[in-house]
Amino acid sequence: MSNKAKHWEKTRGLLFVTLAIWFVFSIGIFFFGTEMEASSFRPFGYPLSYYMTCQGSLLAFVILNFWFAGRQEKIDEEFGFTEREGS
Amino acid sequence: MIKGKFIDNLPKVYGIYTGGFIGFIILMAIAEQMGLSAKAIGISFVVFTIAIYAIIGWLSRTLQMDAYYVAGREVPTVFNGMATAADWMSGASFVAMAGGIYFKGYGYMALLVGWTGGYILVSTLLAPYLRKFGCYTVPDFVGTRYGGNAARLAAVLVLTVASFTYVTAQINATGTIASVALDIPFKIAVYVGLVSILLCSMLGGMRAVTWTQVAQYIVLIIAYLLPVFWISSKMGAGFFPHLMLGDEVARIAELESQFGFVKNSAADLATVPKGLAGITKAHSSVNGTNWGFISLAICMMAGTASLPHVMMRYFTTPSVKSARRSVAWSLLFIFILYSTAPMLATLSKLSLIDPTLSTGIIGKSIAEVQAIDWYQNWNQANLMFVSDFNGNGTLELNEFFMGGKAVVLATPEIAGLPYVISGLVAAGGMAAAMSTADGLVLAIANALSHDLYYKIIDPKAEAAKRLIVARVLLVLIGFAGATIAAMGIQGILGSVIWAFDFAMSGLFFPLVLGVWWKRANGPGAVAGMLLGLGSGMAYLIWVRNGGSGFWGITQLTFGIVGALVSLVSMVVVSLLTKAPNKATQDMVDELRIPSGKTILGKQH
Repeated sequence: MSNKAKHWEKTRGLLFVTLAIWFVFSIGIFFFGTEMEASSFRPFGYPLSYYMTCQGSLLAFVILNFWFAGRQEKIDEEFGFTEREGS
Repeated sequence: MIKGKFIDNLPKVYGIYTGGFIGFIILMAIAEQMGLSAKAIGISFVVFTIAIYAIIGWLSRTLQMDAYYVAGREVPTVFNGMATAADWMSGASFVAMAGGIYFKGYGYMALLVGWTGGYILVSTLLAPYLRKFGCYTVPDFVGTRYGGNAARLAAVLVLTVASFTYVTAQINATGTIASVALDIPFKIAVYVGLVSILLCSMLGGMRAVTWTQVAQYIVLIIAYLLPVFWISSKMGAGFFPHLMLGDEVARIAELESQFGFVKNSAADLATVPKGLAGITKAHSSVNGTNWGFISLAICMMAGTASLPHVMMRYFTTPSVKSARRSVAWSLLFIFILYSTAPMLATLSKLSLIDPTLSTGIIGKSIAEVQAIDWYQNWNQANLMFVSDFNGNGTLELNEFFMGGKAVVLATPEIAGLPYVISGLVAAGGMAAAMSTADGLVLAIANALSHDLYYKIIDPKAEAAKRLIVARVLLVLIGFAGATIAAMGIQGILGSVIWAFDFAMSGLFFPLVLGVWWKRANGPGAVAGMLLGLGSGMAYLIWVRNGGSGFWGITQLTFGIVGALVSLVSMVVVSLLTKAPNKATQDMVDELRIPSGKTILGKQH
């Protein structure tokens, strides 16, 4: 397999992992709105469902995005596809 | 004080600017103590900030093609993040979102999840690849990847429909704020807003819009956060509201069950001025179906990844790597405002409905409420209304009505903050609406000038002529948007949500599959764009005219229908027709690696 194909395979792997985490926080947990509300786990005293919509999921996306950028840079480096600065 | 190139001095330049703006706020606060009138303060804030944007716009004027279309591709990561955040957070985010949360509670906060979660799709599926492509506009990518004028034209069509729907809402928002702050009629204020928008973008295109957007982000974020932190401390709710409003949220739930949600009769509601609403839904409790929440979030996420004015911002970074990082920074800057909106809604609601607070009005006599200064002001502005439906002389929860915009615009005044804060909020709202309108008008004008005029109509046109056409179109589109906004057909938020659905219907799959599915070809993409947009629009019209709809899809989530049709038709037509040729397949391979030259040249 060529270098390009291997690079793309790893890139795709990272995409699936990132989208899986994204799915959990954007869609998955909101199938359980009432369950989250009833939960005794209340971050900062907010109902869990309320907390996730107004802060929790949003924060998860911010962290996920920085993590993803870092991982993808590592993959690009591994296969020698990093850009030269200024090119 | 400043030596060398502008780009190398950005932190210094914007540091001085921020300091200057804070100095201006302090100056205004002193002037207020010395007796400057509220009206003069409002005017000073709006005029001062717009003058600064206009100066930046003038200083960034350019005759270079790549500076006009993609800011010369030299915008550093973090600053591009700020510019994107301003581009993204519209008048709707700034003025209307906290109001929406105030009225509709939990179910409405799906928008927060959708408008942030979408950035994961932007950074994983599209932005870095489109940056590698090196296009000037989104249709530029579609046209080159799929080949042929049909695909390019279809992309221009979808872009224009979605962005134009969005931009009328933004010009409407600038008009609303300008009319309140400058005290002029809305129909004139709309054009004042338009002129300010054009001042920022006309001479320098994307370069000017970039540097004004950074300036606008700084104004809007200060204007949003300062009052919320202040009100929170003043109410004794905590100095850091995001982590400390647990008790306040619980108190609202307690008051809700104490008052109950009394349903007003249709005859009573008919007496309420148009556009005002009462509190009818629980604040923090799950107040709708799970699917209702999730479907709205899905539409906003896919729409985010398809809106050209956002994607276009990532064409301006120096490299693919910095495009990817820049998405993460954008999201962080957006998160700062979005996580604050629910806190503002909570503080605003509690200060109005809690009878034990001095600002609370529920439970007071109607005559007493009608005598309050701020009530009279906002009642006159047609944003507040009380009426004694049950005739008991006391104001009940279901007898108090407010416009969505009032939550952001009026809360500082209600909480007893000095007027300088209200002036600041007006400047912030203006910055938010202007920055988004600029991005949108430029996205449409660039698509029409680059893709329709240069690529299809007159491929031999010279640079100078192309830039003149681009500017003429910019002005024309701005005026068209303002004319429609002046008619005031829909509210600000409704049309914004529609724009996301339109973009998602027509562009989401053609863009994503263009990078991720080599087999996708021209006929497939054209079918996907046209049938997607067409079916989404048809569903919207059907539901608006009393159609029952299916799968619980409403006029706010019709993008799901459009995108599904788009996906299916694109895959089917692609498979039925010839695979893309070798050159195109190689182009897609090249697109997928960050290193090497961009696919389209620096000037094209």
